[in-house]
Amino acid sequence: MNYTVPHLVLPKIERLHELDVYLANGGYQAYRKVLELSPEQVIEEVKRSGLRGRGGACFPTGLKWSFMPKGSDKPKYLAVNGDESEPGSFKDRQIFEFNPHQLIEGILIAGYAMGITKAFIYIRGEYHKWIRLMERALADAYARGLVGPKMTETFGGSYWLDIVVHKGAGAYICGEETALMSSLEGDRGYPRFKPPFPAQKGLWGMPTTINNVETLATVPAIITLGAERYASIGAAGHPGTLLYGLSGHINKPGIYELPTDTLLVDLIYKYGGGIPGGKKVKAVIPGGSSMPPLRGDEIDGVVMNNEDLKKYGTYIGTAGIIVMDEDTDIPRVLLRITRFYHHESCGQCTPCREGCGWMEKILRRIVDGDATTEDLDLLMSVAGQIEGNTICALGDAAAWPVQGFLRKFWDEFAARVKPRRTFVPLNVVHGRRATRATLLPS
Amino acid sequence: MEHTLSFMPEERAEIERLKSLYPHPKAALMPVLWMAQKKWGWLSEDVMRVVADVMQLPYAHVLGVARFYTMYFKKPMGKYHIQVCTNVSCMLRGGEELYERLCQKLGISHGEHTPDGRYSIEEVECMGACGGAPMIAINEDFYENVTFEDVQRILETLP
Ligand SMILES: Cc1cc2nc3c(=O)[nH]c(=O)nc-3n(C[C@H](O)[C@H](O)[C@H](O)COP(=O)(O)O)c2cc1C
Ligand code: SF4
Ligand code: FES
Repeated sequence: MNYTVPHLVLPKIERLHELDVYLANGGYQAYRKVLELSPEQVIEEVKRSGLRGRGGACFPTGLKWSFMPKGSDKPKYLAVNGDESEPGSFKDRQIFEFNPHQLIEGILIAGYAMGITKAFIYIRGEYHKWIRLMERALADAYARGLVGPKMTETFGGSYWLDIVVHKGAGAYICGEETALMSSLEGDRGYPRFKPPFPAQKGLWGMPTTINNVETLATVPAIITLGAERYASIGAAGHPGTLLYGLSGHINKPGIYELPTDTLLVDLIYKYGGGIPGGKKVKAVIPGGSSMPPLRGDEIDGVVMNNEDLKKYGTYIGTAGIIVMDEDTDIPRVLLRITRFYHHESCGQCTPCREGCGWMEKILRRIVDGDATTEDLDLLMSVAGQIEGNTICALGDAAAWPVQGFLRKFWDEFAARVKPRRTFVPLNVVHGRRATRATLLPS
Repeated sequence: MEHTLSFMPEERAEIERLKSLYPHPKAALMPVLWMAQKKWGWLSEDVMRVVADVMQLPYAHVLGVARFYTMYFKKPMGKYHIQVCTNVSCMLRGGEELYERLCQKLGISHGEHTPDGRYSIEEVECMGACGGAPMIAINEDFYENVTFEDVQRILETLP
């Protein structure tokens, strides 16, 4: 493929989703190039590119691939995570629709590098149309011998793999990697403790790697450009391009593929066309609803990659940017986010199951004007008790926005609650309110 | 005449094909539940027993899986199942109002269907279409950037 930066995952080529167009533009050449390297060299190349996972956790992809056992004759699996359910994220579906063959080619490359025998593309059930598009692309690739046993004839060598599309059925938690594996095996999608890590014991007890759709669709571009070239694009600590999603109060919502050194203000004003009605920005969630927000007065100079966002106490997540204008009711937004995580909690861990319910109830009281200052402290403390105390990261995903919004918009929350009950009359000693000072908020 | 439910021979062949896609046939349970829901509209106890039978799995397992996933219907839904997203990006663009007005217009609320069985409605979490907020889905189709008036028009044009 003849890539022009920054359009690496979604090149601007008409009808690229059709196999003939993809092939005519150099499609499946990256896989041919890879066959001249050893699997270890491919993993090395991906490591050197600096590619980090696009599923939310930003884990270095080459390193993850290197965890897979080598030289064993056990079956090995690749689970492609297309569950895409984190509110604010709608990028993977662009790949299913506009560049499905690059995802398939990425799977072939990953497959060769790790000796994968079978790959499963897990796509959320709501994406009926995109599942059909992906299945069509896959059927075309099979028919041409680009996937499946005929790969050995088409490309030479002895490596081949099968790819299966698996349709989810509505459960956010199935995006979590261990839940996704249970779901694929025909069980309820309950996460489990790690270790054992999937590379040791994954699908059907076999070594498994889980990668996000965008992560894998990026790989052919890395192979084509070369690791050095790719690593030089965007920000050094988190190189490449991202499919940024813009939604909420923005004039031109959509997916924008840009280098990782793009400024948030450019995303909002240059690409997103600014805020409807020329209003001011009050808050921005930088990477899907579980990421702590940025305040409108701190977005100047924010560079949209994981390393730079850390300075502001947040992360890039899925790069799903949700913009909120000056009239947004922040407590209501947080209530909606918390309601979501409560609804999606699988209920296995008490802190997550009970804590999310508590947080939702307290936030409901705040929104309804029935809360007191104590409730704010309680909310913070419940979030703190969930964070880090659960089997999977859904607990953190629920706690982070609560902590983040409270920290950054404390005044707005405080203005919505009644003052702390002081019980002052009970503590009157000789006309002096003895304990008043300790009961009042500091 | 007994009304026992069953899969047709060609459907049974498809189920066998689905099982063969995975290292372990149990993994075909989700796709087979999808097939069953398409065929019978929802997953009644009878339907789940048929699925348990072809999958050679305990009924309790099939029930547990069907209950875990929100998209498997555990009761009959309307001919047109309307899903309105009210999650953040949609909420910021009027998703909640859209949902409330639709409920009012149809006289039903979350998980219910109209007496004639034409419509059912559901408030759903993010559908992965946040750039097109507010959005709804009717059965398998997404309608993005819609107003209440748009939805009214869409509903009228449905056969
Ligand atoms: C609650 C929860 C939901 C998740 N949902 C998704 C998802 O929808 N898609 C995704 O790719 N990763 C999701 N992840 C992250 C995955 O567990 C996993 O880290 C990721 O798919 C790995 O791929 P990557 O290394 O290519 O990013 C989720 C994680 C958690 C804790
Ligand atoms: S953290 Fe929540 S979602 Fe994750 S396993 Fe525990 S209860 Fe389930
Ligand atoms: S928030 Fe409605 S589709 Fe994502």
